Amino acid sequence: MPRVSIEVDGVKYDDDVEPRLLLAHYLRDRLGKVGTPIGCDTSNCGACTVLLDGMSVKSCSVLAVQADGQDVTTIEGLGDGQGLHPLQRAFHQEHALQCGYCTPGMIMAALDLLRENPDPSDEEVREGLEGNLCRCTGYQNIVRAVRRAAGDLSPKPAQQEATR
Amino acid sequence: MIPGSFDYVRPSSLDEAVSALRDAGDEGKVIAGGQSLLPLLRLRLAFPEVLIDVASVPELHGVRDEGSSLLVGAMTTHYDVLRDPLIREHAPLVAAATSTVADPAVRHRGTFGGSLAHADPAGDLPAVVLAMDGVFVTSSREIPAAEFFADYLTSTLEPDEVLVGVRLPKAFAGWGFHYEKFHRTAQAWAIVGVACLVDRSGGEVAGARIGLTNMGSTPVRASAVEAAVRGGAADREAFRAAAASAAEGTSPPSDLHGSSDYRRHLATVLTARALSAAAGV
Repeated sequence: MPRVSIEVDGVKYDDDVEPRLLLAHYLRDRLGKVGTPIGCDTSNCGACTVLLDGMSVKSCSVLAVQADGQDVTTIEGLGDGQGLHPLQRAFHQEHALQCGYCTPGMIMAALDLLRENPDPSDEEVREGLEGNLCRCTGYQNIVRAVRRAAGDLSPKPAQQEATR
Repeated sequence: MIPGSFDYVRPSSLDEAVSALRDAGDEGKVIAGGQSLLPLLRLRLAFPEVLIDVASVPELHGVRDEGSSLLVGAMTTHYDVLRDPLIREHAPLVAAATSTVADPAVRHRGTFGGSLAHADPAGDLPAVVLAMDGVFVTSSREIPAAEFFADYLTSTLEPDEVLVGVRLPKAFAGWGFHYEKFHRTAQAWAIVGVACLVDRSGGEVAGARIGLTNMGSTPVRASAVEAAVRGGAADREAFRAAAASAAEGTSPPSDLHGSSDYRRHLATVLTARALSAAAGV
């Protein structure tokens, strides 16, 4: 059985895994990281999105062995245990969820989008999240939440002044 | 779902990859980004005994300038293709089609070579490489695009052959380009797609290349349309008339997204649109 070394949410794990083990199952069943749900099993829904070496991936479409030597960030790695990450807070404030099943994937995909484009338009948010399906909200509040988080995450004018 | 069991090897050179495939006989399967293969494994539509992961084979990575052509490494991800300055300059049609592939997370993992070797006629890249007369460079030979796609999900790669990359001529660098994709929802496959290159000189068309997505068990060239527009006026009326023969010689599938008749109709409409967009009229 291959041995993998994967860092998940800042903690390094060394494990023997069956080659067929999906990263999504490794996170949930082996590490107990059940913050990452599995939705569709057909690569459509994006609920299981995590960051692999900083880039969004659908963890149902990556083998754990393929992630050997890489860093994984899940929704559980965002907050500090006390406060919410700005994206989590914005989803709460803008009521960007109803059942919440798609939310971890939405937030991880949005985090990846904001890494590339810190100030996306509505259209760009929709394109960035096209791999993530929500069956409750109609997406309106999700788009608002991502744009609100973009504002919260960007440096404030005073901070920009201070770093000059 | 959980895939059936398989062994996994991760060779670190092209020679090792070829011998791993040879050892596996007919039961080996190359995995690149896995964005087409893993869903098939999960749904148990494929049962390889050995997966040969070519992610660590250095020869398969990167885009190289070879003078009159580019060699796009098979393991180049869609994400990297979209950001590659050589592709943007010399093969912008490839970037245009790649930007419509699936969604950002899939584009981070999915690869240029993997999606071509998968030989899905509904994939966006096969029609592009066919229209550009690309050449498939493998571990043992070179295969012209017109001879690479054999059937639905079937290429002419031998069981012990690894796709190293695809050579794309720079000849189309100054041509107008457009990829017209008709699909029902975001991230869905094309019901029909049209990859189009137009060489305009003044108000006339000096040459055109057109590849069709999902109009048969392999990607196909709309040769009749290419011939009809050559030497003619670069205007919408002429393009509409020429595009009427876009479905000539094709045998598109019927499925829940549309009948073959509907696809034949779409091909004529979308080809006219693609020609106009590529020619900028």
